[in-house]
Amino acid sequence: MSATVAVGRARHVNLWSVIARTSLYSFLVCLGVVVIYPLIWMALSGFKDNAQIFGDPFALPAHWSWNNYVQAWNQGVRGYVTVSVLVTVASAICTVLISAWTAFGLTRTRMPAKPLVVAIVLGGLMLSPTVAIIPLVKMLQALGLYNTYWALIILYTAFRVPFTTFLIRAYMLDLPSDLDEAATMDGASEGQIFWRITLPLCRPIIISCVILHVLFAWNEYLFAMIFTSGSDVQTLPVGLTSIMATHGTNYAVVFAAMTISALPIVIVFFAAQRYFIRGLSEGIGK
Amino acid sequence: MARTSDTIESGAVVHGAARSQRPRSLRVRFGNLLSFRWAAAALILIGWFVYYPIVDNFIVSTTDQDIYTGEVTNVGLANYDRLLHDPVVLLALWNNCLYAIISVVFQVFGAFLLAAIIEDLRSERWRRLWRAVYFVPSAISITVTGLLFYFIYQPQIGLLDAVLSRAGLSQFVMPWLGNEHTAIYAIIAMSQWQGFGYSTLLFAIAIQKIPRDLYDAATIDGAGPLRRLWSITFPLTREMTGLMIIVTITGAFQVFNEVMVMTAGGPNNSSQVLGTWLYQKAFIEDNFGYGAAIAAVIFVLTMLTGAAQLWYTKRRRVQL
Repeated sequence: MSATVAVGRARHVNLWSVIARTSLYSFLVCLGVVVIYPLIWMALSGFKDNAQIFGDPFALPAHWSWNNYVQAWNQGVRGYVTVSVLVTVASAICTVLISAWTAFGLTRTRMPAKPLVVAIVLGGLMLSPTVAIIPLVKMLQALGLYNTYWALIILYTAFRVPFTTFLIRAYMLDLPSDLDEAATMDGASEGQIFWRITLPLCRPIIISCVILHVLFAWNEYLFAMIFTSGSDVQTLPVGLTSIMATHGTNYAVVFAAMTISALPIVIVFFAAQRYFIRGLSEGIGK
Repeated sequence: MARTSDTIESGAVVHGAARSQRPRSLRVRFGNLLSFRWAAAALILIGWFVYYPIVDNFIVSTTDQDIYTGEVTNVGLANYDRLLHDPVVLLALWNNCLYAIISVVFQVFGAFLLAAIIEDLRSERWRRLWRAVYFVPSAISITVTGLLFYFIYQPQIGLLDAVLSRAGLSQFVMPWLGNEHTAIYAIIAMSQWQGFGYSTLLFAIAIQKIPRDLYDAATIDGAGPLRRLWSITFPLTREMTGLMIIVTITGAFQVFNEVMVMTAGGPNNSSQVLGTWLYQKAFIEDNFGYGAAIAAVIFVLTMLTGAAQLWYTKRRRVQL
C-alpha cells in the first residue's frame, strides 16, 4: 500500500522534473541563439552585397564571395591589424615583465616598506582611465608621444600593471620557497633566482596574464581613440569607426571589417580558454 | 623609536655578528634598499601615468584655457558651479544610474541564476559549452558589438525590427537609437547582451568552489533543486555577489565606449553619460577645465564605490 503511494509520488515528481528540465534546456538554447545569431548574421552580411543587405535580413548570401573581405582588408584593415598586433604584443610583454618583477620583489626579497608598495600598486586598480584622460593628453603632447605607438604601449602597460601584479603576486605567495632558499645557499643572486627559478615556476599564471592582457589591449577603445589621429597608428577598434565613417554607405564592407577584427580574439579565447579561466579564478579567489 | 627598530632589524638579519655590527647593518640595509629595483619600473609607471594625472585633473578643473592663445586663467570653483547648473550633467548622471540598476539586475542576479542552472547540468561537456558560448560576446571588442547593434537597431536593414514585424508586433517597429526615449535603453540592452556571459563565468567559477558533498548531503535530506539553490549556492556565493554588485556599479559610472560608438550621446543629448559628456566638452568643444570638473565627479563616484569594495573585502577577511 505505502509502496504504491511512494511509486506514484516518484512518478509525479519525475514528470515535474522532466518539464522543468525541458524548459530549462530550451531557455539555455534560446539564450544561446540570442547570443550567437547576431554574430553569425554579422559574418554572413560580410558575404552579401548592398542590395541584399537591404533585403531580407534572415536570408543567406546569394553567392559566397570573399570580395567584401578582400576589399575591407585592402582598404585599411591590414594596417589596423598590424598596429593592433604591434601594440598588443609590445604592451603584453612590458606589462607581464614589469608585473612579475614587482611581484617577485614583493614576495621574495627583503624590500623595505612592502605594505606601502602593495597599497600603491593595488590602489592603481581603483583609478579609471576616464578620469585621467585630460591630464594625460597634455602630458603626452608635452612628451611628444601623441599620435605614436608608444603612447598606447606605455598607457596600456601603466594601467594594467596593478591588476597583473595582483594576479602574479597571489600565485607567487602560494609557491613554496624552498627552491630559492636552496639557491640562495648556493650563492645565487636575486636576479638569477628570478630568471632561473621563480619565473619558470610561474609559467601558468604568466600565460593567463598574457591572455587577459591581449583581450584588453586588442579591444581597448578610449585611449586608442584619443591618442591617435593618423590612420597609420590607429588600432582596429578605432580603425573600424573610421571605416564606418568613410564607407558608411557600403555596409557589406563594414560588416566584413567587423568580422575580421572579431575573429582573432574569439579564436584566442577558445584556444586558451583553460588559462583564461585560471586567471579569472585566481583573481577572484584571493 | 628609530634606534630600537634599527637594533631589532640588524639583530634579526645579521645573526650574532656582534663584531662589526654597525657597518654590516648599513650594508644589509643598503642591500634591502637595492631590492626596490624590482618594483621601480612599476612604481614609476603607475606614479607618473596613473596617480599624477588624477592630481593634475583637479588642478586643471580649476582653470580655464583659451584654445587660441593657450592662456590659462585660474577660475577657482567656477567650473563646478557651472556643472551644478548644467541640465545635461543631471541627465547623464541619471543615465549612469539607469545603467547601474539594469546591469545589477541582469549581470549580477541574472548571471547568478544562469550560472547556477549551468552548473547543475550533469555533463561537464555541456557545462563547458554553455559557459563558453555565453562568454563569446565579452571577448569581442565593444567597438565591434557597438557597431553590430547600431546595425541591428536600424529600421531598414536591422534584425530587431524585422523580428518584431514578423512576430506581429509592428507597432513597436522604430529607429531604436534615433528615438530620444529609447536610445539609452537600446544601448544598455546591448551592454547586457555583451556582458552577462562574463559575470556568468565568474559565478560559475565561484559555484565550482563549493564542496560537492554539501549538495549530496542536502539531496539525501530531500532538498529539491530550488531549496539547494536558496540554502547552499546563494549563501556560499554571497561574497562574490557583493563584489560583483560593486564592480558592476563602478563600471556603470565609467561607461563610455558603447555610447560613443552607437549614438555619441544623441539624439538631442538623451543618451549622454558622464563619460561621453566629458569627451564632448573637453575634446569637441575644447573646454579642458569643464571636462576636468566632470572627470572629478566621476572620480569621486568611483572612489565611493571603491571604498565600499575595500570595506566589503576587509569585512570578509575578518569573518574568515
